[in-house]
Amino acid sequence: MEPMASQWTEAPHSMGTTIMAVEYDGGVILGADSRTTTGVYVANRASDKITQLTDNVYLCRSGSAADSQVVSDYVRYFLNQHTIQLGRPSTVKTAGTLVKELSYQNKSFLETGLIVAGWDKYDGGSVYGIPLGGTMLRLPFATGGSGSSYLYGFLDQAWKPDMTHEEAEKLVVKSIALAIARDGASGGVVRTVTVNEQGVERKFHAGDKLPLFYEEIAPRPSPLRAH
Amino acid sequence: MNPSKVELEAHCIDHNAKLVCLSRDPVCQVVFHFHGLLSTSQTQFSDCRGRSLDPCAIAAMDFSNFQAPGMYPYHASASKQAEKSYVDHPIMGPHSSSFTLMPSAPTTHTQYPYVTGTSVLGIKYKDGVLLAADTAGSYGSTVRYKSVERLKPVGKTTVLGASGEISDFQAINQMLEQLVTKDFMWDDGNNLGPVEIHNYLNRVMYNRRNKFDPLWNSLVLGGVKNGEKYLGVVTMIGVHYVDDHVATGFGNHLARPIFRDEWRPDLTLEEAVALLEKCMLVLFYRDRSAVNKFQIANITDGGVQITEPYALQTNWSLKAFENPTAGAVGSW
Repeated sequence: MEPMASQWTEAPHSMGTTIMAVEYDGGVILGADSRTTTGVYVANRASDKITQLTDNVYLCRSGSAADSQVVSDYVRYFLNQHTIQLGRPSTVKTAGTLVKELSYQNKSFLETGLIVAGWDKYDGGSVYGIPLGGTMLRLPFATGGSGSSYLYGFLDQAWKPDMTHEEAEKLVVKSIALAIARDGASGGVVRTVTVNEQGVERKFHAGDKLPLFYEEIAPRPSPLRAH
Repeated sequence: MNPSKVELEAHCIDHNAKLVCLSRDPVCQVVFHFHGLLSTSQTQFSDCRGRSLDPCAIAAMDFSNFQAPGMYPYHASASKQAEKSYVDHPIMGPHSSSFTLMPSAPTTHTQYPYVTGTSVLGIKYKDGVLLAADTAGSYGSTVRYKSVERLKPVGKTTVLGASGEISDFQAINQMLEQLVTKDFMWDDGNNLGPVEIHNYLNRVMYNRRNKFDPLWNSLVLGGVKNGEKYLGVVTMIGVHYVDDHVATGFGNHLARPIFRDEWRPDLTLEEAVALLEKCMLVLFYRDRSAVNKFQIANITDGGVQITEPYALQTNWSLKAFENPTAGAVGSW
């Protein structure tokens, strides 16, 4: 007997998502939410959407989970070989160009928006936005995913050039938290990855530790149980 | 001193193969084209001083023939395609570049544009040609990117402006960059001018259209060579023409009528810029995809100059704007 299929068992895995990357003085910070959905069901509430490409370059993935994974797997494979031949760490621009080539040459098949960010000694911290279609743009900061719609106004006002690492990290966490507050396809925890000359640092900002916004309330024991 | 660009073709990257820049020019930029397998052998890339290649050059490499082992196991007959003349072409070639994930699938699709630029304007004036475009990259109805440069120089005599899908414009620019480099390497005292580039782009756009796989752009090409001013358009379906004043998209409806009234062949630079700015302002008011941040390209016999992005002064203080519904409440 076949199990009944419903919309949410058949729907493709999609990372509704909010992703972003910000360049600061000395490196970059990548940030993402952690929700993966199949239709309306949350298939994974603690996904890691920030994927490593090389020691010094990372990738934020959004859109179709499968498409973004396949692109990141190929690019990691290419860069692995490239680094061996080159004899030193590959540049962020090279990583971005490879991601762009895959996105552009396969634009009719792929549905994934990507952000490549990292640090190299030639350009310092760099952020490259590669949206649907395969356009590649170097930007001081980039956002992506369905949750990014809610951040245009906020970042128009809140982003400033030449931020320190602390300021940039606070901005990333607050932005993703705001997007999670309004976008049903984004949720869970906020993961951040800092990449600079010294190396890489991963941070985990738990969902219940994120700032609360309009109409959200802090957890407390049930009013019916209060003595 | 202009750095010379040298192209090396590595046909077979073997064990311990050494690819050395043979140019005597101490300042040179080496561009590699790969034909064949890129293996994990001892290949070294060095410039004319024996130093290892600047990795930034990798970013400029032509990947259209890069064949990663294991990338597509079904493509055993790739080498037989070498006979066909267009197999190496980055845009015209069959779309089984090494970055094609599904080479067996048909590549003839009409796509949809994702990140788009709006109008480009162009006019001839007394001493040359001017092109203008704003710096917006829209994503549907969202103005997602506000600093996209949509005017790019091609060689020393021409500027290309594009509306439509930005990724396709980036691919066209990459292709023209390679064309200009090959042209430079002939070292025959000739260089591709606006007439040649216009014809070339027309061929590219029309042939892509015939394959139901268009480059989703409307292109404006302006240039001056040997004192001759040139201004032309190529669209995504291969329609092409030249004129004294041109526009793409919304510009055709809003700017061309103004050009028809006010354009003269003997406009000075100041008058021509004023005319363009008048039209760009109208487009900012009336085109939802436009932003108030523009670039103007000026091409004369002396060369190409593209301004930094700048904004125009807008005017909202018309009396009629203050209380438009006073006489008819509920109207707009």
